[in-house]
Amino acid sequence: MAIKKFAVACYDDEEVLFPALKKVRHSGYKLHDIYTPFAVHGLDEAMGLKGTDLHIAGFIFGLCGTSTALGFISWILTSDWPLNFGGKPHFALPAWIPITFELTVLFSAVGMVLTWCYLNQVMPGVKKHVFHPRQSDDYFVMAVELNDQTSEHEVVDFLKTTGAKETSVQIAEDSWWYGRFDKEEEYQKL
Amino acid sequence: MHIKYESFVREPLVNGDKNYHQVTEDIIGPIERKPGRMWYVGFFFSVALLCFGIFSVTWAVYWGLGTWGVNRTIGWGWDITNFVWWVGIGHAGTLISAILLLFRQGWRTGVNRAAEAMTIFAVMCAGQFPIFHMGRVWDGFFVLPYPNTRGPLWPNFNSPLLWDVFAISTYFTVSLLFWYSGLIPDFATVRDRAKTKFRKLAYGVASFGWTGSAKNWQRHEALALVLAGLATPLVLSVHTIVSFDFATSVIPGWHTTIFPPYFVAGAIFSGFAMVNTLLVITRKILHLEDYITIGHLEAMNKVIVLTGSIVGVAYLTELFIAWYSGAYGEQQEFKWRIMGPYWWSYWAMMTCNVVSPQLFWVKRLRRNIPFTFIMSIVVNIGMWFERFVIIVTSLYRDWLPSSWAYYSPTWPEVGFYLGTFGLFFTCYFLFAKYFPVIAVAEIKFVLKTSGENYKRGMEKLEAQSEEDFVYEVQTHHEPDHAHA
Repeated sequence: MAIKKFAVACYDDEEVLFPALKKVRHSGYKLHDIYTPFAVHGLDEAMGLKGTDLHIAGFIFGLCGTSTALGFISWILTSDWPLNFGGKPHFALPAWIPITFELTVLFSAVGMVLTWCYLNQVMPGVKKHVFHPRQSDDYFVMAVELNDQTSEHEVVDFLKTTGAKETSVQIAEDSWWYGRFDKEEEYQKL
Repeated sequence: MHIKYESFVREPLVNGDKNYHQVTEDIIGPIERKPGRMWYVGFFFSVALLCFGIFSVTWAVYWGLGTWGVNRTIGWGWDITNFVWWVGIGHAGTLISAILLLFRQGWRTGVNRAAEAMTIFAVMCAGQFPIFHMGRVWDGFFVLPYPNTRGPLWPNFNSPLLWDVFAISTYFTVSLLFWYSGLIPDFATVRDRAKTKFRKLAYGVASFGWTGSAKNWQRHEALALVLAGLATPLVLSVHTIVSFDFATSVIPGWHTTIFPPYFVAGAIFSGFAMVNTLLVITRKILHLEDYITIGHLEAMNKVIVLTGSIVGVAYLTELFIAWYSGAYGEQQEFKWRIMGPYWWSYWAMMTCNVVSPQLFWVKRLRRNIPFTFIMSIVVNIGMWFERFVIIVTSLYRDWLPSSWAYYSPTWPEVGFYLGTFGLFFTCYFLFAKYFPVIAVAEIKFVLKTSGENYKRGMEKLEAQSEEDFVYEVQTHHEPDHAHA
């Protein structure tokens, strides 16, 4: 969490964005992030991002659900309060499958969504800097991090040559904070 | 990079000349405008129905379930009929969003949001019936396995009725999560466009601070895929378990192994019909004809004719097995269904569910909007009668002829049912006003492959020779991200 300076380039087409991204990565500037209005397939790989392991979390949560259901029901019906249903076995596994299945799905889904929220750092009341209001509409917004060594004019000029429709330099918090979207934060010039 | 090539022969999913911004305008626009007069009329009518429902339920809770028409022979009447009916309707949304996602059906993008919303509201309505059927509703929490001072005495985990508690509540939770995780990016779109302070604040909270970062989208896709994988068996399990409520009993007409697939098919059948009912109106009022096209309605009508036929086969199989089993009780049971005092409900079911959907084999009728609308209502009437037939006409003549009875509902039961319509439509009207009724981000995702104006360019490509096409692809697209 830090306040940083960014050069921002907005593209209006993903087919312009991909070559531009390649140029930026070759140039050695530090790519902060790319904001898109929808999931652009292949963008994560083009950016050099690793795949996500979210599904592994889902699997582990699912296992928790399975073992919770089986453990709890078998403990109740065989040891805590065994009931005799017409002499049938107390350990009636087939009858427990529906609830075991439901709890597996429930734990997996709830756990995975919570993990997703945590990893993405999204929650009601969380605020993040929006580089361009059209990044959720029709702009593909690339933010390049600036530091003492990079000249902002140079970077902006470079971004313009990559086909950006709009460019700007912004000072912003690079992470999230608790805030409201109807209030704008003021940052001191770096 | 949209190298995926789709022929013009395949109908466009988005009609008209659209770009990304136009998609946002068309779908988010209605949220920002004042609703029309029809919306207010519909909304207040729904709220009035809901209030009447609350009154009817309060009446039944205050005076006891003796105010209902159910009796000792027919212990399940309109309440459980309505429960099964609403749960069935609640199957379409998650089927569309989960199963069709796994099958990579592009047309789901236009209808999944509204269908999922409908699912959630339908399950909410369904849940009311078993809860208030408990009678002493204030003891409703007894169904939960919690350490209590009665032993602790636990609920019976071997009982299908308890499985139902778990199935319905899991289904509701997972559907809600699936729906809402898809809504988050679209709420961010509403937030970023918002002009008013309140809208910025409200949609800022609702969007969880989503910005559309590449990494977030990557996880979003992974989440949607795994949730779809989880929801697919879930959606099939829910109505399977509802059918176990009947199938594990020893009542003739209930005790059959055909019930799970038969119930699931019926659920999809009625769910798609309800989606059609809602979308035919929604697309008209919100001017979304370009996104919910006749092709979308036709696709759903195809599902209706398929599942309607499955249901029809199931009805005939039941009759055949009743005769073939040689079991006297079973045979009498089905004879009375067809010719007994409740003959009208059986024939209403047969006409609405088996005969009428067969008209959808005709392409002109599948693509006819007024006909689709009428059929969607006919199907749901038929499916209501199916549940009535299964429940009431299996119970009213039981093993002991001295306890044979007849049942008709009283006003609190009818009021309860009407009240759930009030609840359903109140929620749906609020949804249509304040939520993006179509998944904006998903439409944008398919726009360049399936949008009408983008497809026009494909005609030129189709005229090309294969060599030219391959050459063009190789020179114009960067190979390292061409796999998209």
